[in-house]
Amino acid sequence: MQDKIRKILRDHGRLAVDVTTLSDTSDLYQSGMTSHASVNVMLALEGEFDVEFPDNMLKRSVFESIASISSAINQLKN
Amino acid sequence: MALPSNSPLVELARSIGSGIAAGYADQVDNDARFPREAVTELKNQRLLSCYVPKSLGGHGATLTELALMCEELGKHCGATAMVFAMHQIQVACLVHHSLTDSFFASYLTDLAHNEHLIGSVTSEVGVGGDMRSSVCAVELDGSSFVLNKNSTTSSYGAEADDLLVTARTSPAAPSSDQSLVLLRKGQFTMEQVGNWNPMGMRGTGSAPFKLCGRGQALQIMQDPFATISSRSMVPVSHLLWAATWVGNASASMARVKGFIKQQARAKPGTLPPTAIRMAELAPNIQLLRTSYRYLLTEYEEILSNPQRHEELSTVGYAVKMNNLKLSGSHLIVEIANKALQICGVAGYKNDSKFAMGRILRDSHAAALMVGNDRILNSNANMLMILKGD
Repeated sequence: MQDKIRKILRDHGRLAVDVTTLSDTSDLYQSGMTSHASVNVMLALEGEFDVEFPDNMLKRSVFESIASISSAINQLKN
Repeated sequence: MALPSNSPLVELARSIGSGIAAGYADQVDNDARFPREAVTELKNQRLLSCYVPKSLGGHGATLTELALMCEELGKHCGATAMVFAMHQIQVACLVHHSLTDSFFASYLTDLAHNEHLIGSVTSEVGVGGDMRSSVCAVELDGSSFVLNKNSTTSSYGAEADDLLVTARTSPAAPSSDQSLVLLRKGQFTMEQVGNWNPMGMRGTGSAPFKLCGRGQALQIMQDPFATISSRSMVPVSHLLWAATWVGNASASMARVKGFIKQQARAKPGTLPPTAIRMAELAPNIQLLRTSYRYLLTEYEEILSNPQRHEELSTVGYAVKMNNLKLSGSHLIVEIANKALQICGVAGYKNDSKFAMGRILRDSHAAALMVGNDRILNSNANMLMILKGD
């Protein structure tokens, strides 16, 4: 799952750094992801993992790292 | 929270609004100059620090009181109300995010004693109006920093005692990784690099400036600007701006009522031909007032419960507050425009007691200060992912 998230971040996150240099806990916002780009990441994640993020999950802390994103997706999958 | 109709702070603002602010409003507008008489009186009455908690020497005002004060000032001088609102937005960012930081607690204590006027430097040449993006950066060297910025519009930049400035956290940081930095009088120069001769809000002095500042690392707020922006700067801005627009709307209605009453007295027993338009105006004012006050009450409830603070960082909350800015800025122009139609030539004449010129020109600033198209773009993006409306 982490690899798929990294690919989505590479394609949609508009990060200021190479996604391969990020650890699972690196702060994506500090790595240059804007609020605008984060919405595109959310849309791509919903498509890729066939989930829908409820509105109360659409907040910075859920999308701030690869680890927090995968945790959220796992939560929705279960 | 119930509206504090008998708040002494709101009473003071009412008195300053109808007295000094009203007395100089046309001169401030004509000369496009800072409303120094009214702002000096706000300082004299210790209202610039009223949102500072009592434990630090302030009045411990509620946000609702601040909003009602903006309404009162906005009834008489849009520029005074907006300067007051913008200053209080800065104070709110400090109070909400830095009370436990000893440097900032000490600064707020000093603010309560000396009534510093705090300006905001968030705009910047090269970011296209996006407050959440910076070109300039905090350049730390040991415990001190240098910060230089070219702003496109810094309201009352020539008059502010102190400044809160957005900048990238370091020269290596991406544009969206920002800090909010306090610069104190004596630590910066603000060189005005462009004119200020606008259509309305002429007293706000929102010219472009070249800022050169230096300070100590402890003047950099600990919370990331992303957090300060979503939890305080954006919601408080939209709430207090809307409050000033309500004041502006009340001023429009006051002129309309004066005009209609004058007509009614001239022909007793008959309803003046445009009286029905006055009745059409009232629901729009009510809509503007109730929509912002509803969100204000909700915001204060969330603020009072730390467990709910993260709600302020959700996409849904950002969309909701943006909606307030979009609808409020439309409504105020509609209201002012309709008021002019009702007053007719009496409203069109600048030297008439029903003159609508300044109010109408001021009202058009609402859609431009943070451009509505930028906000619409942002909401369009967020609505794609939001499940509710």
